[in-house]
Amino acid sequence: MKKSTLLRVSAIAVSLAFVTAACGSDSDSSVTEDTVASEVTEDTAAAAVDGVTCEGVSIAFFGALSGDAGNLGKNIRAGADLAVSEFNTANPGCQVGLVDFDSQGDPAQAPALAQKAIDDAGILGIVGPAFSGESKAANPLFDAAGLAIITPSATNADLNDNNWKVFHRALAGDDKQGPAIATYIQKTLAAAKVGVIDDASEYGKGLADIVKTTLGDAVVASDSIDPKAADFSAAVSKMKEAAPDAIFYGGYYAEAGKLAKQLRDAGVTATLVFGDGVKDNGFIEAAGPAADGSIITCTCADGASNAEFAAAYTAKFPGETPQTYGAEAYDAAKAFLAAIAAGKTDRAGVLEFLGTYDAAGVTKQIKWDETGEVAGNAVYAYKVEAGAIAVIGLIE
Amino acid sequence: MRDWLIYRTFWDLTVTGVALGSIYALVALGYTLVYGVLRLINFAHSEIFMIGTFASLITATNVLGLPMLEAGDYPYRTGFQLVLILLACLLGSMVLSGAGAVALERAAYRPLRGSGDQFGAIVLAFVTAFVVGLVFFDTPKSNLIFGIIGTGPIAWMYLNIFRRGRQAPRLAFLISAIGASTAITEAVAIWGPRDREQYQTPRVLEKKTLFQLFGTDIRIDYVIVIIGALLMMTALLLFVNRTRLGRGVRAVAQDVETAKILGVNVDFVILITFLLGGVMAGGAAMMFTLVYDQSKFNIGFLLGVKSFTAAVLGGIGNLKGALLGGIVLGLAENYGSALFGGEWKDVIAFVLLLVVLMFRPTGLLGESLAKARV
Repeated sequence: MKKSTLLRVSAIAVSLAFVTAACGSDSDSSVTEDTVASEVTEDTAAAAVDGVTCEGVSIAFFGALSGDAGNLGKNIRAGADLAVSEFNTANPGCQVGLVDFDSQGDPAQAPALAQKAIDDAGILGIVGPAFSGESKAANPLFDAAGLAIITPSATNADLNDNNWKVFHRALAGDDKQGPAIATYIQKTLAAAKVGVIDDASEYGKGLADIVKTTLGDAVVASDSIDPKAADFSAAVSKMKEAAPDAIFYGGYYAEAGKLAKQLRDAGVTATLVFGDGVKDNGFIEAAGPAADGSIITCTCADGASNAEFAAAYTAKFPGETPQTYGAEAYDAAKAFLAAIAAGKTDRAGVLEFLGTYDAAGVTKQIKWDETGEVAGNAVYAYKVEAGAIAVIGLIE
Repeated sequence: MRDWLIYRTFWDLTVTGVALGSIYALVALGYTLVYGVLRLINFAHSEIFMIGTFASLITATNVLGLPMLEAGDYPYRTGFQLVLILLACLLGSMVLSGAGAVALERAAYRPLRGSGDQFGAIVLAFVTAFVVGLVFFDTPKSNLIFGIIGTGPIAWMYLNIFRRGRQAPRLAFLISAIGASTAITEAVAIWGPRDREQYQTPRVLEKKTLFQLFGTDIRIDYVIVIIGALLMMTALLLFVNRTRLGRGVRAVAQDVETAKILGVNVDFVILITFLLGGVMAGGAAMMFTLVYDQSKFNIGFLLGVKSFTAAVLGGIGNLKGALLGGIVLGLAENYGSALFGGEWKDVIAFVLLLVVLMFRPTGLLGESLAKARV
């Protein structure tokens, strides 16, 4: 008798545990309402858009907050967060939420996560998807749902080629970056022989292919690596044998760090050149002294050089400065918030508003053409010196 | 372009291939030993390797206090000090990996063998509840609470279902292995200080070129890996073939029931088998960090799959087969990626396995641990 009671009790305990588990299952998309209404000063209250009131509206961040390239997503989220909290401070009657969708940068996880964002009726716009691979997987869903997206970082050249009416980009694509990299390698670095490596990702391979095509015969060796592997010795041997003057790698910072280390260990002395996906301190952390002297290009602006933005950023995140894509994300979020301020409270209204949007952003004048590309095609060069990424300037 | 490069990089590819292959081989030994004795694929073995890389990292940074960088350069050490640091890291990795493998055996497998092991049942129940919790919760805290609540009823269930002398179905071992693997990786991912990001290990060994062979630089780290792996293999073979305990291992591999009748303590022998596999994986992990200076919560996954492939390639259950399989796989991957491009690396590994299994279904050397007498 005692035994069956025990069985019953434990069965109840187990089922209870499952019920509570199911209730908590929504916890992976967390809403941060930046309620800082008490800090509203008279100045900002006066500057507020006249009596904007709204209820239950939010914008979403979509990208990697964890995983190999998680730092890049964190930068983007921070930029969007700053824009939202500034807006909420200025508009006590309209508190916009910021919802996170952590894709881990994985194209396989993107569609399900995108659907989740689409199902949340309060979300009027997406800052993201952060990377090109996940963009390709998630954007068709956003397009079908009519949910506007502004990516502050996905630069793959072909992304604008899909007739996605919801697609917008806050920086120039790799069709601008690739040729600029080739120019920099040939003109500034005066490299006659170039090696090209990519990580076989949508972004990395796309960019590396453009660089290869532009360089033409100057490419003496090329290879792809598996970013999940630890050992790149086949690619390293190839580069060592071909002895190029410069090596371009298309991919993200974590693998770039491992690759730089293994190239230097093997005695390869070529100048290492990387695209925007490597512009993060995570690269220097992973590569150590092997990172020194590397060139990194980015179509993203150096957020830290805009004093006003940098000051606001540091005020919001004490001890931190704007990182890669942070300023672009800020501009992207600003565009959505302007739509909300203009009284657009449905997805169709916001999307329509973006088509006519034309305002000065932190990074550039933000105005989109019909393919969703932003005007301006500046590509900046950066250099790793003494363990830090320093801006060199525009690539002509 | 690729055609001429393969010839000119041949020896370079050979050296790096043999070095990586040696690491595969050491990890493959763990799969092969456990399979030989229990006829079980221990899918959580890749996590024992991962624990080893972290043990090496902890020994170097937390115990020995080595910095990542010293005046902008790697914290290189030389001479006697270097040898001591490397030995300490090796010891740390072997001890932690060995302990991890033993704990894994007690928690994930022994309760299923019907040994009435209460401690193991409780740990297994906790892991089960924890893994179930991972599906529903995001925060470590709620995970943990769910794990603790779930432990009681599940442990009670286990102890009732798998009473002394009643063996769980074969599939249960496999599920338990995958569950343990997920639990260990996620625990490191959630509770580790860097979450799912990559960790760096301090580099104490300057990767100097020792000598030239066929026009190729032979680096000191590769030499250490290859010689170290050979020494560990030899020690393991001597242990299995020449000692009393090793004879026990072979006896259990041949026939569990007969070994039991003849007075072999089967549970103890199984424990020793896991310990040996763990120690080998620990050695492999230390050498891995020596060459690549990195670790990550899922570092064992791809390497584990490759090592398992190596074990099957050489003939699973066969110790020398694991060595041969590892080195053949390491070389094939390197030559293949040079020929077809690095994106084909994994394809080459698995196609090679398929082809070998087509002609030799039991692997290259294809005998079992039971017959592994010298």
